Amino acid sequence: MRRRPLGLVLAIGLAWLVAYPLLLVAVDAFRADGAWSLANVRGFLGDPREWEALWGSLWISFASVVLAAALGIPLAFIFERFDFPGRRLLGGLVALPAVLPPLVGVIAFLFLYGESGIIPRLIVAGLGLRESPWRLRGAGAILLVHAYSMYVYFYLFTRAGLARVDASMTEAAASLGAGRWRTLRSVVLPLVRPQIAAAALLTFMTALGSFSAPYIFGGGFRVMPTQILATKLNGDLGLAMVETTALAALALAALALLRRTQGGAGVAITAKGAAPGVRVLRSPLGRAGAAALGWGFAILLLLPHATLVLVSLVPLGTWTTELFPTAYSLGNFATLAREPERLRPLVNSLWMAGVATAGALALAVWAGREVAQRRVRLARQLEVLVHLPWAVPGTVLAIALATTFSARAPWAGRWLLVGTVLILPLAYLIRNLPVVAGTVLPGFGQLDPSLDEAAASLGAGRWRTLLRVTFPLLRPALLAGGALAFATAVGDFVTSIVLYTYDTRPISIEILGALREFDIGIAAAYGVVLMLVSATAMAVGTRR
Amino acid sequence: MTDQPFLELREVSKRFPGHVAVQDLSLAVPRGQLLALLGPSGSGKTTTLRLLAGFERPDHGAVIVGGVDVTALPAAARRIGMVFQHYALFPHLTVGENVAFGIPRGPGRSERVRELLGLVDLAGYEQRRIDALSGGQQQRVALARALGPDPRLLLLDEPLSNLDPTLRERTRRELRAALEAVGITTVLVTHEQDEAFALGDVVAVLRDGRLEQIGSAPDLYERPVTHFVASFVGRAATVPGVLVGEDRVRVAEGVDWPVRVPKAVARGSAVRVVVRPEAMRLVGEGGIRGAVRARRYLGGRALFSVDTAVGTLEVEAAADAVTVGTEVRVTALRAHAFPSEE
Repeated sequence: MRRRPLGLVLAIGLAWLVAYPLLLVAVDAFRADGAWSLANVRGFLGDPREWEALWGSLWISFASVVLAAALGIPLAFIFERFDFPGRRLLGGLVALPAVLPPLVGVIAFLFLYGESGIIPRLIVAGLGLRESPWRLRGAGAILLVHAYSMYVYFYLFTRAGLARVDASMTEAAASLGAGRWRTLRSVVLPLVRPQIAAAALLTFMTALGSFSAPYIFGGGFRVMPTQILATKLNGDLGLAMVETTALAALALAALALLRRTQGGAGVAITAKGAAPGVRVLRSPLGRAGAAALGWGFAILLLLPHATLVLVSLVPLGTWTTELFPTAYSLGNFATLAREPERLRPLVNSLWMAGVATAGALALAVWAGREVAQRRVRLARQLEVLVHLPWAVPGTVLAIALATTFSARAPWAGRWLLVGTVLILPLAYLIRNLPVVAGTVLPGFGQLDPSLDEAAASLGAGRWRTLLRVTFPLLRPALLAGGALAFATAVGDFVTSIVLYTYDTRPISIEILGALREFDIGIAAAYGVVLMLVSATAMAVGTRR
Repeated sequence: MTDQPFLELREVSKRFPGHVAVQDLSLAVPRGQLLALLGPSGSGKTTTLRLLAGFERPDHGAVIVGGVDVTALPAAARRIGMVFQHYALFPHLTVGENVAFGIPRGPGRSERVRELLGLVDLAGYEQRRIDALSGGQQQRVALARALGPDPRLLLLDEPLSNLDPTLRERTRRELRAALEAVGITTVLVTHEQDEAFALGDVVAVLRDGRLEQIGSAPDLYERPVTHFVASFVGRAATVPGVLVGEDRVRVAEGVDWPVRVPKAVARGSAVRVVVRPEAMRLVGEGGIRGAVRARRYLGGRALFSVDTAVGTLEVEAAADAVTVGTEVRVTALRAHAFPSEE
């Protein structure tokens, strides 16, 4: 049989893109002055600040999981199980932190709760204080942002899990004499355990790689991602390699550990009966309480969005000591559109994210065909490779790419890409490969392979089958994965700050620049644009 | 078969990791005939169909259609139509778009779709969604779609297995009529003997990837050449015996039955004797003693399961011939004898 080794070509290509750069970093960690050396490793191990950063990353990540779960799981129960006025609308609003890219969320918090933010101003004015009652700094600030942006994972996953718990399960428990709490503890929670575990894993990995919050709010508080960047900017590349390797190792170890404690695939829920109905709250007190809780929470969640919009309307230099801005205009948005140097980052981000998303989709479709339809021998390896970038914090990936593509050695698969327009799209592509693969590979798994054969037996070639049969059937998966990848790439900060050049600077870098010039109106306007792009992408991606 | 065969498999073998799916299989089908591949699951019949379609390539041997070796051609270039077991209709396309999929773009396209839908009795269904059709209708759309590109050969993979038993009989008749109207050479895969006999001009019985016997339905039923075919085709019981004459077998002391012996067996050697219910008789004396354990009523007639010293035998007789629990004697009017080891 004539077998084109396409699977092998793909596997080698993916290994070169996602595994090889990490390997180079790990090797460089053990080299100094062109020879094998433990000097950098010794430097790392002997420096208490490095241990402080490692420990900081670890405990911040665990604390983020705990906080996000404490917020997200009860909320999921309330919205999935009780009916109260405004439930539907609020249930959608509660997921809104997801449309704020990390850096944008952070600056929104800065405008809202920072020392000169709106809330402290209100408190200072209301209580007649001399200065802000708190400083938005250090671990507390980081955890606040993490809890705000990551509880969504617990909320969405738990709701999805609860929706699949069959009503007959809880009814069976009730008929066996179990009260509400026992049913919850010994029936419902174990059934949604896989979803909660998945949310915990996602939160932990996101928090471990989180860069924006520590970068803006960290102050003296050390975590690994910011530590790596600082070391690199100091010019100590050897030490940066060791730090990067250490963070990657920490992430992979945590992933392996959490995967193991999840204990396999969990139980299969036979979804034959109906989902349990929501309980309509009858007592006026209960209704009012639930509604007040829901609305209060929603307002709290929407405050950052609202603040961002508010600040984006403030002309430069018109808001100093007043409680609220004194003048509003669309001038900042006009500046973005009118001044070529202000427009440039917008255009950059959009085209780079577009190219990266198209590339990631193409790779995922290729991998999907190889894994799901051909059942090639490399299927398992291909799956691991497309998902690997997910397990690696963004800083690690960026440093690895910066290392790999800052030397020209074609025989070793290395070209000079750093400093060119290619490096950021490539980084976005690799970073978002798991996002796209997460929807496209299962999509392929659900396709009946005989549809392809049917097309072939009707005389359709490979491309016609792909265009007329595969793509239309995969449309929801392609849209969902593509939209999410695009939104992530447009808002990227963590890889951009390592790899950008002035000509290819994306929006996030420009936001940082505007903040440094105290041009908060422009920074907020960029943030609003990013928020809208993200929201549009999500709306497109989740449309059925 | 005096015709030059239109479809030919020449010593085709296909091995998958861990097992041999098809082994040295040779088959020939004259133009316009319907060959039914019959066998239990795992006998290699579906693999054979996939080799014909071009979804798999044989490790050895050749597939020849119309005198041309197509072994190396990809499926898309073979012009061989296929109706899949689960139909594999494109769920995002309408009935009309499904049928049109394999028809080249051109002025006559929609006419051809209409004509094909008429052929399968679905005229006017062009705009329907696939999921709005019943199983039988989907099956007919799949047939119309497969015939769209005017294939040289049609393959049917268990075409009736997904249908309601009540619908099967009717669909089988309609399928037969449609295929006769088109006059296309067809290969059908089934594990149901009724289906193979009702649809196939020729039936090939496969077992473990090898051809056991090929022939017409009466050939297979009345003149099986192997013990497997004799017991797989039709109801049959197997009892041990000894060949005592050229055409006589002794199944018990003093009980001899007339037999066909398709393969040379030395007189006096042990054989396996295959008897069918309709060749069995309840007799007053002679024969083998046994007790009636169960009765399966067939309307007028009944199948009686009789426990005897040589095993359980099935006897077809008038429904009121005996009652359950009665002691009876049974004998066979004819039987088939096969070597004990093969």
